[in-house]
Amino acid sequence: MTQLEKNIEAIKEMSGSDPYKCMRCGKCTASCPAYSEMDIKPHQFASYIIRGDFEELIESKAAWKCLSCFACIERCPRDVQPGKLVDATRQIVARSRGGDYLQPEEVPGLLAEDLPQQLLVSAFRRYRR
Amino acid sequence: MQKIGVFVCHCGTNIAATVDVKKVVELVRYEPGVVFADDYMYMCSEAGQEKIIEAIKEYGLTGLVICSCSPRMHEKTFRACAEKAGLNPYMVEVANIREQCSWIHKDKEEATKKAVILARAAIAKVNLNAPLKEGESPVTKRALVIGGGIAGIQTALDIADAGYEVDIVEKEPSIGGRMSQFDKTFPTLDCASCILTPKMVEVNQHPNITLYTYSEVEKVSGYVGNFDVDIRKKARSIIFDKCTGCGECMTKCPLGKIGNIPSEFDRGLKNRPAIYMPFAQAVPAVPVIDRENCTYFKTGKCGVCSKLCPSKAIDYEQQDEIVTVKYGAIVVATGFDIINLDKFGEYAYNESPDVITSIELERLMNAAGPTGGHLERMSDHKQPKDIVFIQCVGSRCDSEEKGKPYCSKVCCMYTAKHAMLIKDHWPDTNITVFYIDVRTPGKNFDEFYRRAVEQYHVNYIKGQVGKVKPQPDGSLLVQAADLLDGKQINMKADMVVLAAAIEPNPGVRKIATMLTASIDNNNFLTEAHAKLRPVESPTAGIFLSGMAQGPKDIPETVSQAGAAAVKVIGLLAKDSLKTNPCTAQCDTLLCNGCSTCANVCPYGAITYDDVQVMDHGLRETRRVAQVNNALCQGCGACTSACPSGAMDLQGFSNRQITTEVDAICR
Amino acid sequence: MAVTMKYSYYPGCTLKNKAQDLDRYARASAVALGFELEEIPEWQCCGGVYPLATDEIATKLSSVRALNYAKEQGQDLITLCSACHHVLKRVNDDMKNVEDTRTRANNYCEFDEPYSGETKVLHFLEVLRDVIGFEELAKKVVNPLEGRKIGAYYGCLTLRPGKILDFDDPEDPKIMEDFIRALGAEPVIYSMRNECCGGYTALKDPDFTKQRTAQIFDDSTGFGADCLITACPLCMYNLNKSDASSKVPVYYFTELLAEALGVKEGA
Repeated sequence: MTQLEKNIEAIKEMSGSDPYKCMRCGKCTASCPAYSEMDIKPHQFASYIIRGDFEELIESKAAWKCLSCFACIERCPRDVQPGKLVDATRQIVARSRGGDYLQPEEVPGLLAEDLPQQLLVSAFRRYRR
Repeated sequence: MQKIGVFVCHCGTNIAATVDVKKVVELVRYEPGVVFADDYMYMCSEAGQEKIIEAIKEYGLTGLVICSCSPRMHEKTFRACAEKAGLNPYMVEVANIREQCSWIHKDKEEATKKAVILARAAIAKVNLNAPLKEGESPVTKRALVIGGGIAGIQTALDIADAGYEVDIVEKEPSIGGRMSQFDKTFPTLDCASCILTPKMVEVNQHPNITLYTYSEVEKVSGYVGNFDVDIRKKARSIIFDKCTGCGECMTKCPLGKIGNIPSEFDRGLKNRPAIYMPFAQAVPAVPVIDRENCTYFKTGKCGVCSKLCPSKAIDYEQQDEIVTVKYGAIVVATGFDIINLDKFGEYAYNESPDVITSIELERLMNAAGPTGGHLERMSDHKQPKDIVFIQCVGSRCDSEEKGKPYCSKVCCMYTAKHAMLIKDHWPDTNITVFYIDVRTPGKNFDEFYRRAVEQYHVNYIKGQVGKVKPQPDGSLLVQAADLLDGKQINMKADMVVLAAAIEPNPGVRKIATMLTASIDNNNFLTEAHAKLRPVESPTAGIFLSGMAQGPKDIPETVSQAGAAAVKVIGLLAKDSLKTNPCTAQCDTLLCNGCSTCANVCPYGAITYDDVQVMDHGLRETRRVAQVNNALCQGCGACTSACPSGAMDLQGFSNRQITTEVDAICR
Repeated sequence: MAVTMKYSYYPGCTLKNKAQDLDRYARASAVALGFELEEIPEWQCCGGVYPLATDEIATKLSSVRALNYAKEQGQDLITLCSACHHVLKRVNDDMKNVEDTRTRANNYCEFDEPYSGETKVLHFLEVLRDVIGFEELAKKVVNPLEGRKIGAYYGCLTLRPGKILDFDDPEDPKIMEDFIRALGAEPVIYSMRNECCGGYTALKDPDFTKQRTAQIFDDSTGFGADCLITACPLCMYNLNKSDASSKVPVYYFTELLAEALGVKEGA
């Protein structure tokens, strides 16, 4: 296996999704509620991974703008479940030092009286390793 | 002692790359019985076969072992070759060192060892082979076509025109199938009915064709050349010969006005009465009473049709009738339908009446359809100004519960056709097609699609639709992706048309089981060889025509129908067929009449008779097993089940199998 | 005389704090409907989100403990919060079907008996639909919510992924609409009912969630809804941040349930 293939295997393992199955139909992008916020679109995650453009993926904002709403996962006809690839990207970035999207110091400034715990916990889990 | 010749084939690199064929030759040269061993690049070729024939003549060979591909490929070839050289064809054994060896192993040493073992086993067997003579079985010169759509109709016409008798069994009240529901056909834009109805009439009037409509095949037994088929003629409740097709009953049926029985032919877009003909050009032009919904059959009241029929043709007491007919060949032409869209709730098909399937659109655009050919929204009957077509709904889908993995082949073309026809009639309509790819593989097909874009300005957008959202004002909002321009689009539409995946007619599994014809996971009937034998089932005597075998359009269906007809004619033209001589045989001296064999035989080939037996000087009458060689398929179930060893299989006797095992275990 | 059904109950952190309404109305309704919710002792927060990376294990453990407790009690596990429902069902599915997760979780937790997904996780609504039955529920309603046009807001976590959560059809769900009908009101169907409100992005991108919720209100009111119901405290928070919520109130479904059953006051 080439190094690229090994990296893709690693992402396949971690996400449980096979980017090669993508047929570039765009249904995920069509379903994504956060589309307007994303610089790299859901349907592009599979092709970026296959081409090995990992840097661009890691620098992108898209992974943090994903709502984890599972619409793309539910509707993908090829069972690629792009949301899993997005989450894998999130994890890769978060697990590398300093890659978190949310720092603990930020939290007090974001708190509000009626903020439910669920919001804080979910955000912490998704935005950090 | 036999004089066996062993030939090891290279099969190009298919075998030779993984098996050291020269070594195999060396190692089997000295096996008991072997007088000659050689290898060659392609044993099945003319040159290869010449080598075999020469060796038979030169060395006086009495048996052959060919180490090559699967016997399913070339056993016939090598048997014929032996026969040409004057050797009984059943003195030939094939050792499969390709599918069972070189194609599944990577290690050359291991594969070569295994090839030698397989060769040894075959040699051991041939040592015990006895010459066998094929039997003969008669051929009933009549064909059965299951399914009366364009595939079935064309096949039947071709067979009938060649002078053979053909029966068509169609489960709907009329023949015509899906094509009768279409409006126009691509790429010529012929009116479907105009080109189909003449064929339907021809079928009805042809002296060699018998039509069984509103009928189903219930039971099939027998074998190629001699099938016995039970056909259930469902009760139409109409006396066929009396009915003139005047249509009084249909117009007067009260459920036609006040009832809510959806018309299957009009895909539920309109209702029909309980006594009905599916469409005006139905063949035969005799109605049918839908007993499940008819008031008379449900409550005993009404009976209007019977009172009004001028020909007194209505018979409420009519029963289903079962006829048994003999056939030499059976063609399966059961056709298709589109998948159920319940798993595609994102397109709001069940929610909004303005989201329709392509077949429903065909009915709407058809001049004989529920709206008289006027394209209108089913919600408010207004003409749609903005129409969106969504391709690949349920096709190319990897998730089994939702859709089908294959491409349905016809949708790209028929959507282009729909778009152009609509634009032609109503040029102000805005049409958008959301596609993944546009597939136009036929003659003049791509030019057809380009006309839609360049001449008719249909807007083709590469991208799929995520959701169809019904809006409070009755319109639809389509949320989709434009991948080439990199946008998410929210487009207003008055009507959305879904190109749903096709699937084989659901009843086909039952039929395939009855015929013991192979069927794949997608319910398409499997062909004997995907490239070289596309219209025959691996089961002898069963042929395939139309969508039942795989997605295809009308030109391909008609081609395939002709091909299937030719194969049938080739079969029926024979007066008798050679039967497999490798059948079971009962040694009456050992048989104790226990009936075990008869109970396990799947073909009903074994009966028990009282027979005179001479046993060690004692003459007795005993009840022993008798095998019908024509029915026996040589499966060997009886041979393994027989407790006394009386039953043995010619060509695969117990001794032969044991000697093969011994050779392998040596 | 029917024996009172007992269920292990996993409230989740938010129900004990900012979403107490969701909890207390549920308890009161349960009593009225004849089943009991026994809160699991020492439960821990589910995490709010299901970790999608296949090698994650620590984040799933609190769910595993809750599931195992229910198994030991021989009871089904009920939850009210959409997020907890999502996480519990998915972790349960992993424990059943993913050998790696099952082995590692069991190794860490050291239960008396290894847990392999035996417990059945039910959302409160599923109990109403499958155990009680909406027809029975309708019979127990004393204050039918007549004339009310209620839009069900499912959000995303109750429904997707459809195969694993097995809650209802993810694109065309019916459970909340049937629930609304049982309470005597008229359900309003609108296409945004199963589209995400924005979820946890509200923390850092509140403008975005405001956009989303505005669309949800537009769509539901366009079809005639005068109020919305939800089962998710986060959806409730996001929806209430929208200006439209001043005209179109959002309730927890249990509040309307309690009202219909006549037990709202004492809750």
